Amino acid sequence: MGLDIRWPIGLMFTLIGALLLITGLVNGADARSLNININLWWGIVLLVFGALMLLGAARSRKTPPPA
Amino acid sequence: MQPIHLAWVDYTILLAYTAFVIGIGFALRRYMKTSTDFFLSGRSIPAWVTGLAFMAANLGALELVGMAANTTKYGIATAHFYWVGAIPAMVFLAVFMMPFYYGSKARSVPEYLNMRFDARVRCVNSISFAVMTVFSSGISMDCLARLLHLLLGWDYNISLWICSAVVLLYVVKGGLTSAIYTEVLQFFMIVLGFTPVIYLGLKDVGGWDKLKETLGLVAQNPAALDLSSKTFQPDAWTSVWKPVLAGPQANPMGVDWFAMVFGLGFVLSFGYWCTNFLVVQRAMAAKNMRAARRTPLIAAVPKMLFPILVVSPGLIAAALAFTGKDGYRLPPKIVNDSAYVMAVPAVKEAAAQKEDEQTAFNNISAAIGVKLNEAKVAAIVKDAPSLDDRAIKDRLQDAVVENDYNGVILSLVKKYCPTGLLGLALTALLASFMSGMAGNVTAFNTIWTYDLYQAYIAPNKSDHHYFRMGQGITVVGVLLSIACAYFAKRYNNAMDVIQLVFSFVNAPLFGTFVLAMFWKRTTGTGAFLGLLGGISTSALVHGLTMAEGKGGWLGATLYTFPSSMAQNFWLATFAFIVCFVLTFAISLATKRTKSDEELKGLVYSLTPKLKDDEQHFLLRPAVLGTILIIACVILNIIFW
Repeated sequence: MGLDIRWPIGLMFTLIGALLLITGLVNGADARSLNININLWWGIVLLVFGALMLLGAARSRKTPPPA
Repeated sequence: MQPIHLAWVDYTILLAYTAFVIGIGFALRRYMKTSTDFFLSGRSIPAWVTGLAFMAANLGALELVGMAANTTKYGIATAHFYWVGAIPAMVFLAVFMMPFYYGSKARSVPEYLNMRFDARVRCVNSISFAVMTVFSSGISMDCLARLLHLLLGWDYNISLWICSAVVLLYVVKGGLTSAIYTEVLQFFMIVLGFTPVIYLGLKDVGGWDKLKETLGLVAQNPAALDLSSKTFQPDAWTSVWKPVLAGPQANPMGVDWFAMVFGLGFVLSFGYWCTNFLVVQRAMAAKNMRAARRTPLIAAVPKMLFPILVVSPGLIAAALAFTGKDGYRLPPKIVNDSAYVMAVPAVKEAAAQKEDEQTAFNNISAAIGVKLNEAKVAAIVKDAPSLDDRAIKDRLQDAVVENDYNGVILSLVKKYCPTGLLGLALTALLASFMSGMAGNVTAFNTIWTYDLYQAYIAPNKSDHHYFRMGQGITVVGVLLSIACAYFAKRYNNAMDVIQLVFSFVNAPLFGTFVLAMFWKRTTGTGAFLGLLGGISTSALVHGLTMAEGKGGWLGATLYTFPSSMAQNFWLATFAFIVCFVLTFAISLATKRTKSDEELKGLVYSLTPKLKDDEQHFLLRPAVLGTILIIACVILNIIFW
């Protein structure tokens, strides 16, 4: 199908990752999450995941695989 | 229960997800030109996408919520639903059955039955399946709307209609592709949304070894958490096989090993994974035979590891509640308003009449209809004169002892997630409910259009006609699901009966399919009567046996099972055997209606073997399948 699903996955997780990262920076660690700044760390993980998806999609667009 | 407060960042995540799924639907709209595009994604999707969707289509939120609930109740043996109840069947589907589904160019499972046998078998299968999909999506949406109401204080009706509208919008626009894409999105949401919760939970209970130690204490005194009235060996919650092998009395599930292996692992599991169009449709959408066969194999990898996400929260919750850390308790059953109408006056009366503690407790328990804590009730009655109705309600809810197991996973989300992560976890949950509905609706519209409308009502129309029909019936499917959701909300017991009937219909299915695919002598009459015989057998077994006070509706009780899970496994076993034997015998007694030539591509012995030689050795389905089975066995041994 024409749309590479890695675009929406990548975009969405990059966006959510950035949101969590900012929340983590602004709010700091929370007692609920055992005083770990989980938003910050998990935001970074999501950003990396999103970026990898976007990278994969961008690369396969440059070199279309033989159908 | 206090509704959870969401901050703007949580809402933003929720809205972003919704915008993305609707956006995907609109982006895919321009690729939807023929009915094959709409119902089968034009058979053009790569294997990793169909594979994840195959797994995610089954991974509704009911599974997420329900399996965590089962784990708290039954322990780590819940993993059997994955390792015994899914992996072998998925490998079998990929290696042996997919060649017929995909190779026959059938567009649905009932259509395969029509090609293999005749219209009768197709009719039974397609009608029962269509009704079933509508009901399951209705149940799922009812559950979602209840949850949103309870958790966030949103209105039930608004939640139900808005979530359904979102699903409708993207399925009408993008068809099966939309459903598959959002299933993949949902898969990542769930994995990435719940992993941090599991991490925090495990850290909080002091790691895996400490968790096992605490659960050993739980097993010896499960009554402390109202999990069971029996006591078990310390490993009952933390070993997958030892308690099962020790017999139904030694494990909290009350299941013996034969029912587990044959009933769940063979009959139910193969019956579901190999014949249920909801999952098989995902593999049919793959771009070629190789991708189609690889679909269930790719799905098996996350499926095998998924217990990490669903089993550990259940275990963590049991351990936390047992130690009472930070005042954590298993979520109590929610008392509904109609029970309070009876219970609050009962409390006031007990206080006014100065009833003795035992009488007061009995009266209040009878009024509220759930198990209560005696000491807490006594305290409420004592304080009653100084409490208003609202406070009495809250105190009564607090005194409930019975657990609402389905609330387990959410109680952990609530406990550990700060704003931000909370939005992610809740969105993941919402996503899985909605994609559960989308999956059912796409299966429903395909079956309706191809197997009922085209087959019996309006054959020989243009492809565009069926494409439009598909879009139209999607609207109908969503509306029917909403109607079922209201039905489920209003008539809880009727819903249980309906689900029971479905379990009767599904139990013998694999018997029909295995004979259809592997024995060319099987006739349409044999299959049809065998299937009916199997369905009647399961109804009969249920009517003549009891378990946990259920069943036995035929009057006589011939046998009592130690648990309803055991009853369910055994019922399926009998249904399968009867269906198999009947189909076999009647086929021998009736004349074949299809020649060898007609059955080419539909039956194992008449189909040219697929050449896997040109694929890399490690990528051949049989080799991949073997590796997966070995990995699964290793997991079983590790947690033996």
